[in-house]
Amino acid sequence: MTDTLTPPAVAADPKLQSKIPAGPVAEKWDAYKGSMKLVNPNNKRKFRIIVVGSGLAGASAAATLGELGYQVDVFTFHDSPRRAHSIAAQGGINAAKNYKGDGDSIYRLFYDTIKGGDFRAREGNVYRLAQVSVDIIDQMVAQGVPFAREYGGLLDNRSFGGAQVSRTFYARGQTGQQLLLGAYQQLARQIGLGNVRLFNRTELVDTVVIDGRCAGIVTRDLMTGEVASHAAHAVVLCTGGYGNVFFLSTNAMACNVTAAWRAHQRGAYFANPCYTQIHPTCIPQADDTQSKLTLMSESLRNDGRVWVPKNPDESRAADQIPEDERDYYLERLYPSFGNLAPRDISSRAAKRAVDSGRGVGPLKNGVYLDFAAAIGRLGFDTVWERYSNLFEMYERITGEDPTKVPMRIYPASHYTMGGLWVDYELMTTIPGLYAAGEANFSDHGANRLGASALMQGLADGYFVLPYTIGNYLAGLLNKPIPGTDHPDFAAAEQAARDRFARYVSTKGSRSPDWFHRELGKIIWDYCGMERTEEGLNKALGELPALYEEFQRDLRVTGDGASLNQTLEKAGRVDDFFQLGMLMCRDALERRESCGGHFRAEYQDEEGEAQRDDEHFAHVAAWEWTGDPMHATRHQEELEFEAIHLAKRSYK
Amino acid sequence: MSHHLQNLVLKIWRQTGPNDAGHFESYRIDDISDEASFLEMLDVLNERLIADGKEAIVFDHDCREGICGTCSLMINGQAHGPQKGTATCQLHMRTFRSGDEIVVEPWRATAFPIIKDLMVDRAAFDRIIEAGGFITADTGGAPDANLIPVPKPVADAAMDAAECIGCGACVAACPNGAANLFTSAKIAHLNLLPQGQAERYSRVEAMVDTMDQYFGSCTNHGECEAACPKGISIDFIAMMNQDYRKAKFKNRKALART
Amino acid sequence: MAQAVQTRGPVTGTAAARTRRKKPFLLDLYSTAVGKKYVMAITGIMMIGFVVAHMIGNLKMYLGAADLNHYADFLKHLLYPLAPKGVTLWLMRAGLLAALVLHVHAAYSLTRLNHQARAVKYQGPRDYQVANFASRTMRMTGIVVALFLIWHLLDLTFGTVNTVGGSGTFVREDVYQNVVNSFNRPVVAIFYILANIALGVHLFHGTWSLFQSMGWNNPRFNSWRRGIAAGIATLVVVGNVSFPIAVLTNVVG
Repeated sequence: MTDTLTPPAVAADPKLQSKIPAGPVAEKWDAYKGSMKLVNPNNKRKFRIIVVGSGLAGASAAATLGELGYQVDVFTFHDSPRRAHSIAAQGGINAAKNYKGDGDSIYRLFYDTIKGGDFRAREGNVYRLAQVSVDIIDQMVAQGVPFAREYGGLLDNRSFGGAQVSRTFYARGQTGQQLLLGAYQQLARQIGLGNVRLFNRTELVDTVVIDGRCAGIVTRDLMTGEVASHAAHAVVLCTGGYGNVFFLSTNAMACNVTAAWRAHQRGAYFANPCYTQIHPTCIPQADDTQSKLTLMSESLRNDGRVWVPKNPDESRAADQIPEDERDYYLERLYPSFGNLAPRDISSRAAKRAVDSGRGVGPLKNGVYLDFAAAIGRLGFDTVWERYSNLFEMYERITGEDPTKVPMRIYPASHYTMGGLWVDYELMTTIPGLYAAGEANFSDHGANRLGASALMQGLADGYFVLPYTIGNYLAGLLNKPIPGTDHPDFAAAEQAARDRFARYVSTKGSRSPDWFHRELGKIIWDYCGMERTEEGLNKALGELPALYEEFQRDLRVTGDGASLNQTLEKAGRVDDFFQLGMLMCRDALERRESCGGHFRAEYQDEEGEAQRDDEHFAHVAAWEWTGDPMHATRHQEELEFEAIHLAKRSYK
Repeated sequence: MSHHLQNLVLKIWRQTGPNDAGHFESYRIDDISDEASFLEMLDVLNERLIADGKEAIVFDHDCREGICGTCSLMINGQAHGPQKGTATCQLHMRTFRSGDEIVVEPWRATAFPIIKDLMVDRAAFDRIIEAGGFITADTGGAPDANLIPVPKPVADAAMDAAECIGCGACVAACPNGAANLFTSAKIAHLNLLPQGQAERYSRVEAMVDTMDQYFGSCTNHGECEAACPKGISIDFIAMMNQDYRKAKFKNRKALART
Repeated sequence: MAQAVQTRGPVTGTAAARTRRKKPFLLDLYSTAVGKKYVMAITGIMMIGFVVAHMIGNLKMYLGAADLNHYADFLKHLLYPLAPKGVTLWLMRAGLLAALVLHVHAAYSLTRLNHQARAVKYQGPRDYQVANFASRTMRMTGIVVALFLIWHLLDLTFGTVNTVGGSGTFVREDVYQNVVNSFNRPVVAIFYILANIALGVHLFHGTWSLFQSMGWNNPRFNSWRRGIAAGIATLVVVGNVSFPIAVLTNVVG
């Protein structure tokens, strides 16, 4: 535990100005709002803002900016903004409403989020997130999001991991869907009114920086292959996380890092790429053709018992294995928390069980989550009532009835805390280029609490960005900006055309998916749940070789002049390769264990993560140098004024 | 535990672009695990096509957990295939038997023009939402969320309607190519809630009139409900018809006042 | 419908593009698909009322010639002497005719709309799940019923075809004998039976469908709607089909 922090190990980079307002943490946001520059309502229409992505952050930002009177262009590679992957979030959204009167407050949500993130997030940002969380619920209810209600008609809450209060608002198991549709509908209204222009099935392929500020983007129309430029006063990237670098993750198939990575190549620093979150209860991979993993709600662990057979050579069916030959390892290792041990701990325990050869299922790649005891204790009907929708989903995917055969689960990647470095205003190190939602790094530190992703996306899009962007735009009033006829746009367009032409003309022997799968294996094995210096070095040896092979032996069939999903994939895998290298480098350099980043060398005698606050209480922000293997690492020191650093313990 | 299916014959619709006539092409799958999802089976086929130097089959898909509504496909004459309450992405090969012939076609509706192969353009759905599928509540002005109580049965009914994933199976399955289930689900979601009352009648008129521009009309077959991966009830269509009738009179009155 | 995809413009201002021409209220309502369905439903109700009443009235046949002919005479004296003899009946007939014309017109335009909504059909076979024989054959049964209606009027109202090949001559006032004469021809009897079965099939879907179209939706009676439809269809078919059978088996005549 350290109260005062050691000075930065390296001189602070002048670009890494977090711009956190001075003053007590609870007053920073008000202080900012009171002193920021405003754009007069009549002048707002003089500014064009590009929003890339239409998930919670993108849709809410675009809709709000449109309402304010800005000219907004929103880009999505989906057919409709409603498809964005925010839609898949199940559990809920946190807000410090204290409707339950159980002692919640803005400070407590702030504290829980900082602690949950293992003290690797900025106080100022997180406090603001907790503050605006209450406005989000008001806003979404006004828009008609059908949150769960109590019989009296008031909003219902439930509790979630990492918190001792009930502050999670939910809409059945589809909270993400309902929130996204709410934001989408608000965006649709602005499109209908003509305040927002929608470019669908259009993917960002480059950002353009002219005279030190972001001047616009270059896009590729997925339907026609047409590469085009779009100039704007500001660009907002709301393009999600990079969990698909693992190939198998709970992310949607199209989720990718391209937008963030292209911005990174143009000068935006990439922060903490090694902070990835693994969710402990997903359905294990069934075979080699598997394309993605499906999450099963963590609530199952309330009644399911996790076990593996004691004998690695066990071949009997689960119900034939006698009690004394089963290893209920979570109950054995963590007697006080048992099956409800925190996400990262139970994930690593499952990995160790499988690595010891005691995994279950045809591929021996899962652990049992057994409801037999619960059914015996509570009766079938009670258990069925609690989890029927999950049991049915499980059966649809695996063909097994979890009330008869124990469920098989295994951890999987599902969220990335790292992302583009942004300051308090959500601006990246490129002036005029913003990042919001999962695409930025700012609020979750090294680990995200359940039900906080939806909160952050909407906070950024509704209540932060629409304010902070004005502070930048005010300075551009009545100053001409470069149009798409500027030679730098033409050059970026040509580079993009050349790049896509190269994928087609390589005419090697392997598909983009094949490379993606191989890349994913390396990242998962060496930069997944548990990382070691040796493994990371190995990965950093293998990745450039595989990347070189990708460039030489890629095969993309078809051409670039009509819709070609193979070609789209090639571009995304290209960027994943480069990100993968940076991720491993970041994981190697961060010589501590914190949150989702677990370095096997840094653990205490109980196997718990061991932080090194003296040397690593900072954000690692990477600068592009032309080669991800030689990116430059910068540090932004984290200053804790309101909270004392403590060991993250849930015992 | 896992079994394999042998000798499947896939008849898949191939069409190079919107203006191409298109045709069925047959592909043989010699062996596939029954653990594979239907889309993973297509992934495997696509990998083979690429290996053979041919262009992969284009189909829409994304989340692969039945919530984003991107996937489509008419499989053996049924929207989203034979398993009830299941989107194509969650349909697994164990639903089929060795030796089966499986016919795969895109959604067909004039409002959903084919882009390529099995991919269609469902933008008409967005136009319906843009016409009125929202509650006007600009960011920032919302009152406290608990100010308006919503009775639980009302919230539950609104949620039943709001579960729509916008996949278009209702249109695809409808013998008339009607979008009444999609449109009515959104109208019911918003019109049931107290927050939606202010725009209730302008909403239903605008959305139904926009729907009219693109889609066929409902003759109450009920195919949409049977095809819907979320099991949305055609009762919502009746509710929409009722609200539309009321709206026509109420809006006329409102117009007369101005 | 397939648009050329070259440079695609963005989508914006879609709500503003929606301006409907000002039309008289009812015409405006009728110009929409949902409005046409209301017309289908309302005219359907009128005609259901007619066929049910028609069937019940004709049951007088079982009471003998005097009763049936008296009933026929009663219809001509409806509201008499307030209205001149026969006028009310003709007004009702006019109403029914208007309902029929509207019903057919709405059906025709909706059918055209529906065909346009799927200009390119599915190329593989469809596998319907719940659409039943009745719902899928509405157009066919509708046409059969319409053709039957014309023949039926010529046969027993105007008498133009009643004499052809018949066993007697058409006498306007002797409804009973006209019916017996007509149904004594087995071909005619079979045509009546088949047409009425078609009517029943049409009513089975139509009656259920009208609840949906009108938006008469109430959890309390939703489950009854199919039952009501089946009941009305059965009632009409059983009643109407019994007449030719009764004549052919000499129960009546």
